[in-house]
Amino acid sequence: MLKKMSNLPFNGTKEQEEKLLAVIAENKHDKSRLMAVMQEAQGIYGYLPLEVQKMIADGMEVSLEKVYGVATFYAQFSLAPQGQYHISVCLGTACYVKGAGLLYDKLQQLLGIGGDECTPDRKFSLTACRCIGACGLAPVLTVNEEVYGRLSENDVEGILAKCE
Amino acid sequence: MKSVLELQNAKAAALKKVVLRKGKAVLDKNVTSDYKYTVLVCGGTGCTSSHSPEIVEKLKSEIKAQGAEKDVQVIMTGCFGLCALGPIMIVYPEGCFYSMVDINNIPRIVSEHLVGGKPVASLLYDETVGADGEIKPLNETDFYKKQIRVALRNCGVIDPEDIEEYYAMDGYAALAKVLTEYTPEDVIKVITDSGLRGRGGGGFPTGRKWALTAPNKADQKYVVCNADEGDPGAFMDRSVLEGDPHCLIEAMAIAGYAIGATKGYVYVRAEYPIAVNRLQKAIDDARAAGILGKNIFGSDFAFDLEIRLGAGAFVCGEETALMTSIEGNRGEPRPRPPYPAVKGLYGRPTVENNVETFANVPQIILNGAAWFAGMSTEKSKGTKVFALGGKIKHTGLVEIPMGTTLREIIDEIGGGIPNGKHFKAAQTGGPSGGCIPASLIDTAVDYDNLISLGCMMGSGGLIVMDEDTCMVDMAKFFLEFTVDESCGKCTPCRVGTRRLLEILEKITAGKGTLEDLDTLEALCVYIKENSLCGLGQTAPNPVLSTLKFFRDEYVAHVVDKVCPAGVCKSMTNFVIDKDKCIGCGKCAKNCPADAIFKTDYVAPGHKLPSYEIDKNKCIKCGACVAGCKFGAISKK
Repeated sequence: MLKKMSNLPFNGTKEQEEKLLAVIAENKHDKSRLMAVMQEAQGIYGYLPLEVQKMIADGMEVSLEKVYGVATFYAQFSLAPQGQYHISVCLGTACYVKGAGLLYDKLQQLLGIGGDECTPDRKFSLTACRCIGACGLAPVLTVNEEVYGRLSENDVEGILAKCE
Repeated sequence: MKSVLELQNAKAAALKKVVLRKGKAVLDKNVTSDYKYTVLVCGGTGCTSSHSPEIVEKLKSEIKAQGAEKDVQVIMTGCFGLCALGPIMIVYPEGCFYSMVDINNIPRIVSEHLVGGKPVASLLYDETVGADGEIKPLNETDFYKKQIRVALRNCGVIDPEDIEEYYAMDGYAALAKVLTEYTPEDVIKVITDSGLRGRGGGGFPTGRKWALTAPNKADQKYVVCNADEGDPGAFMDRSVLEGDPHCLIEAMAIAGYAIGATKGYVYVRAEYPIAVNRLQKAIDDARAAGILGKNIFGSDFAFDLEIRLGAGAFVCGEETALMTSIEGNRGEPRPRPPYPAVKGLYGRPTVENNVETFANVPQIILNGAAWFAGMSTEKSKGTKVFALGGKIKHTGLVEIPMGTTLREIIDEIGGGIPNGKHFKAAQTGGPSGGCIPASLIDTAVDYDNLISLGCMMGSGGLIVMDEDTCMVDMAKFFLEFTVDESCGKCTPCRVGTRRLLEILEKITAGKGTLEDLDTLEALCVYIKENSLCGLGQTAPNPVLSTLKFFRDEYVAHVVDKVCPAGVCKSMTNFVIDKDKCIGCGKCAKNCPADAIFKTDYVAPGHKLPSYEIDKNKCIKCGACVAGCKFGAISKK
C-alpha cells in the first residue's frame, strides 16, 4: 500500500533512543525478530521516521532498504507522527455496511486533514483501519485506546469536543 | 504434568469452580461449589469496548459493600457470541441473562438478585423472560437453540486466564490421551476420518495436510497457527484466543506430536491486544504446569510455543506469506511447489492451520471421528463458526452444524433484518468471497454449495445486506481493499485488481458503458487464472458474483445512470417532499453548500412554507436527510 512520509521534523529524545537501543540489544541475536523490534520502536516513538529506521537497520545489522521495505509493507507501521489524539476509523466490512465511510469523510472535513495525516499542532491524527473485531458495535472508531461504537455521523463532533 | 493421574487429580480439584455453570448432572454429583452464585461477565473485545471491565470492578466492590463476598464469585470470560446486546452478564445457577448492562444498575442487581435471591426481571434480555414472568435459560432463545458449540464450547463459559477451569472442562485430556495411548499415525487417522477441513479459507482436509507433513525428515519441523484473521468482519479466531486460549495450545501440541514437530508459532494480529495477552498468559501457565516443555505427561514428547505479532497485512493470511512474515520479511507469498509440508517455515516441513481448525481437534480426539462426522453434510463435516454482521438484528458469533440453511441463520438465529427492511444478499468469505442473493436463501451452507455459487466459506464472516446496499459499491469496496492489500509481487494481482477498481469507479461515477461489464468479466477470469497466491486468485470473486446475481443493478448504473439503492453519490439526487416538509428550516441550516432554499408553497395543514434543494449546488453529503425529523427528504 502507498504510504506518506511525513514532513514534520523528527524530535526524538535521548531517553527514547536509549530505550530503542535496549530493545535492539535484546533481539539482535535473531534477525527474524526485526518486525518485533519495529513494533517496539513504534511504541516508543509513536511512528517510524527515517531516523529511527536507520537506527534499527544499524542495530540489527540489516540494510535500511529491508527495514523500509517492512515498514511500508505492513499497515500497522506509520511513517507519520501520531497526534495527541490518534483517531482510527474502522473500515472493515461490517462497519462499512453500517456507514463507517461517512464517519471517515466527516472527520477529514472537520479536522482539515486527509487519512494518515497529522494536524500541524500535532493534536489530532487520523487513519482508517481494517476491523478491530468489534463488529457487534459497528460502526466503530477508536481515539487512542478508547473505543466508540454504534455511531452515527452526528456523533463525530461530540467525540472531537471531548478531546480537550 | 508428569502423568495422566496428575491431570485427573487437577481436574477433580478444579470441578467445584465450574459446577454452578455446568450443573451437577454434567459433572459429578458429589461436587459442591464454594459459592451460591457465579456471575460471568463477557470480556471479549466487543463487550470490553462497551466497558465490561468497569462493570466487573463495580460488581466486586458492590458485592463487598453488601457483604456477599463469600457467596458470589465474579468471573470475566471470553465472548458469549451475542455481541449486539453487550455488555453481557450471566448469573448461575439460574442462568439469568442480563443484556446491555448499565453500570448504574449494578447495585440493584447485587441487592435484589445476588443478596436477595430474586432476579431483576426488568433488566434481563427480554427474550429470556416469558409472559408469565418465567425465566428461560439462554440456550432456549432463538439465538442459541440451533447452535452446537464445539470450537466455541468454552468461550463465555470459563475464565480464560485460569488453567484450572480449563482442566475442569476436560482440558488437556485429549493431549494426555494422545501421548499415552496413540501413535502419531493413530492421531492422523482420527483427524482424517473425522473429515475436518481447514476453517480459515480453502477448506483443505486437515488430516491430509498432517499426513503429507509427517513422513518428511528434517532436523526441525514446525506447527504454525494462523491467527492473522484478516477478513474484515470475521472475529471467531479472536474469540477462541480470548475465550479459550488453552484449547489452541493443546491442539497445537497434538499436531506437533502427530507430525513430529517440537516447536510451534502462533501468528496473531497485533490489532488483537486482549487475545495476545491472554494467549501469552496461557502459554506461561502451561509451561509452569509442565504441559509445554520436555517430557510432557511423562512421555518423550517435547513441545513449546512462541507468539509472533502480525502487523496488519491481509496477504499474511496466505500460508506461505505468513511464514515469510514470521521470518521477519515483507509478507510476500512464495510460489508452490515446494509446499509447506516439504519446505515451510525456515525451509523446514511445516503444518499450518487456523485457530478455529485447531479448536476442533481436542474434541475430535476425546469424542471420536464418528461423532464429529455425524454433524454434517456429505462433504462438509462438523460445525462452523460464523460472524454475523451488517444489517442483522443479532450481530455476533454463532456456531452451527454444516448444512444449516441461510434462512435459518438469518431469520431464526440472527433475528432477521432490523428496521423493517428486506434481505437483499449475504456476503461470505470476505474480500475473497461472493454474495448469495435473497432468491437463494434456502441454500444449505457448506463448503461445496458456497463454491458452486461462486462464493466461498472463507473464515466465516457473514455480512448481511438490505435494500440500502448497492452491490456495485460493495464490489468496489472489496476491490479497494484488495488493491490496498495486494503485496505487489505478481503482476496479474498488482495491476489487474487496480484496473478492476478503475472500471468499478467509472461505473459508480455514472460514466460506465455496457462494454465495461464485459471487460470486467474477462479481466476477472484472467486474474483468477494467473495470480500467484490465493489473494489474487480469489480477489475477483466479489465482482464476478455480484455480476452474476445482480447484473441488472450494474446495467442500471451504466444504461439508466441510476443507482437503485441510492448509494452511489454521483447518481443520487436528494428531494424534499413539499407536502411533508413543515418548513422548520433545519436542513437549510445543516447544508454545508447552501443548496437548500425556502419556497412560496405552504402545504395544507402546515404553517410555514416548504423548502427545496438546488440540484446544481447539492454536494450530496446527506446532512439534510440525517437531520430531518419528519422524514421529508429522500434519495431518488
